[in-house]
Amino acid sequence: MSTAIPTTAAERTSETQSLPALGGFNLTALALEIRRMLRNRRTVMFIVVFPSLFFFMFRASGGGANAARIQSYVLISMAVYGAMVGTTAGGAAVAVERSLGWSRQLRLTPLRPAAYIAMKVLTAMVLGLCAVVSAFTVGALSGVRMAPSVWILCGLAAWACSLVFAAFGLFMGFLLPSENVMQFVGPMLAILAMGGGLFVPLQNLPPVMRTIAQFSPAYGVGVISRAPLVGGLSTAAVASVVGWTAIFGVGAMVLFRRDTARV
Amino acid sequence: MVGMLAIDLRHLTKRYGNVTAVNDLSLAIRSGEIVAFLGPNGAGKTTTIDMILGLARPNEGSVEVYGLAPVDAIARGYVSAVMQNGGLLKDFTVYETVRYTASLYANPQPVSEVLERAGISHIADRRVGKCSGGEQQRLRFAMSLLSNPRLLLLDEPTAGMDVEARREFWSAIREDAGRGRTVMFATHYLEEADAYADRIVLVRQGSIVADGTTAAVKSMASGRTVRATVRNADRDALAALGGVTSVELRGDTVLITCTDSDAVARHLLTKTAASDLEITANSLEAAFMALTGDAEVPA
Repeated sequence: MSTAIPTTAAERTSETQSLPALGGFNLTALALEIRRMLRNRRTVMFIVVFPSLFFFMFRASGGGANAARIQSYVLISMAVYGAMVGTTAGGAAVAVERSLGWSRQLRLTPLRPAAYIAMKVLTAMVLGLCAVVSAFTVGALSGVRMAPSVWILCGLAAWACSLVFAAFGLFMGFLLPSENVMQFVGPMLAILAMGGGLFVPLQNLPPVMRTIAQFSPAYGVGVISRAPLVGGLSTAAVASVVGWTAIFGVGAMVLFRRDTARV
Repeated sequence: MVGMLAIDLRHLTKRYGNVTAVNDLSLAIRSGEIVAFLGPNGAGKTTTIDMILGLARPNEGSVEVYGLAPVDAIARGYVSAVMQNGGLLKDFTVYETVRYTASLYANPQPVSEVLERAGISHIADRRVGKCSGGEQQRLRFAMSLLSNPRLLLLDEPTAGMDVEARREFWSAIREDAGRGRTVMFATHYLEEADAYADRIVLVRQGSIVADGTTAAVKSMASGRTVRATVRNADRDALAALGGVTSVELRGDTVLITCTDSDAVARHLLTKTAASDLEITANSLEAAFMALTGDAEVPA
């Protein structure tokens, strides 16, 4: 391929440039990207500090015989919340990159759009993992006790299902070209988390609210993540995660296409 | 590479709504040329560069870069660019920015080497957000060197820099130019075009109005205009003075474009009844007027 363009001895520049493997996807860029995100104090506040803080605030809400179980319940919900914020922040970073012209700069490199999106999703998932691990560490250190299999299954479920919010973050990131996208998206996440039963158990809500809550993108994630502890895994929960991931994923794709076509 | 065109633009037109930013522009740049793309703001320079880079799609016409479509030329690292502003993440350091960009190429130049060549090794660990405009521009230059491109496009690379930063930036570019790289830079500073280009392409309102060697284009802009009120001026006599390139009569006002304004002024004040005499150095705008013969543009 690269021999199609003849060079002469006088031509000292770019003798043979081949295309990068995997459209430019690489671990060096990914590591730099993750390190950059984790250096952002605000991001760390939202994915590490706040969920733990909420855990300490809410765990006291239940006493009596069920206290231990309520603590675990609250901890898992907060891990899910942290993962939600982390993955959303990772995806929504494209808004900042668009507003600063970094995306445009990247278009002057061999990086393929699909490779860029893949690195964004992976960064988002690593942030989500950080959130789950830190919440569980804080929980374990402050006396939450669960069977090892429950810890692992809940953690994995919370983390894997937060893919919904990586897609949501990307969608919002392509929708809002703003350097401060998380200022809009942060409160939205709190409302979604509320509606998804992460802050208040759904059975404590009035029936109308409970019905509406099932349409929150956080609903399925919460139910699936708590299932190893309390059971209640349902088709509706799985459909929620799969459906919202598809909706946000397709939405992000459409906006992304519009973004690159609008040149 | 002999005879191969670095840039081949044919009948490019780009419209944004009702505004025609680039109008039927054709331009061929040979490998190894250093070309200044000179024109006032809004002349279509950035739009043209965006089309060469594949960041904008022309409504009509074609773009080839070393015989390839822009996106393929970029993917192979044949072309890179220093854009006017933006394009940097504030929370990466200088080193991280270059390292990240380098990781996207198959065979990048060593990071330390491009930092050195751009003259920013000493600020490698500084956050981009803390760098001055000139430092950020040299960072963009360092990034553009990673692919060791055959063609380097610079869009108003020194806009907003102070004199010292501008001098340092150009000296970095100049040190690098001996490598047979084709360079095209957009600017609205005539001095920059003069100092660094072998060829100047003048654009105005989306079209090329002049294309020639630096000396040829510069001579058109380097003269002066003598303006005076003279009743019944003798046009032929004025035109016959040494160094006069054009004489224009507007009622009682004469406008004389010339290279020796002292001689013309002396003639007007001693041999005619001229009054209200003014001498102005020809601006770039005046050069455009001379080149386009468009008297509609306000002086």
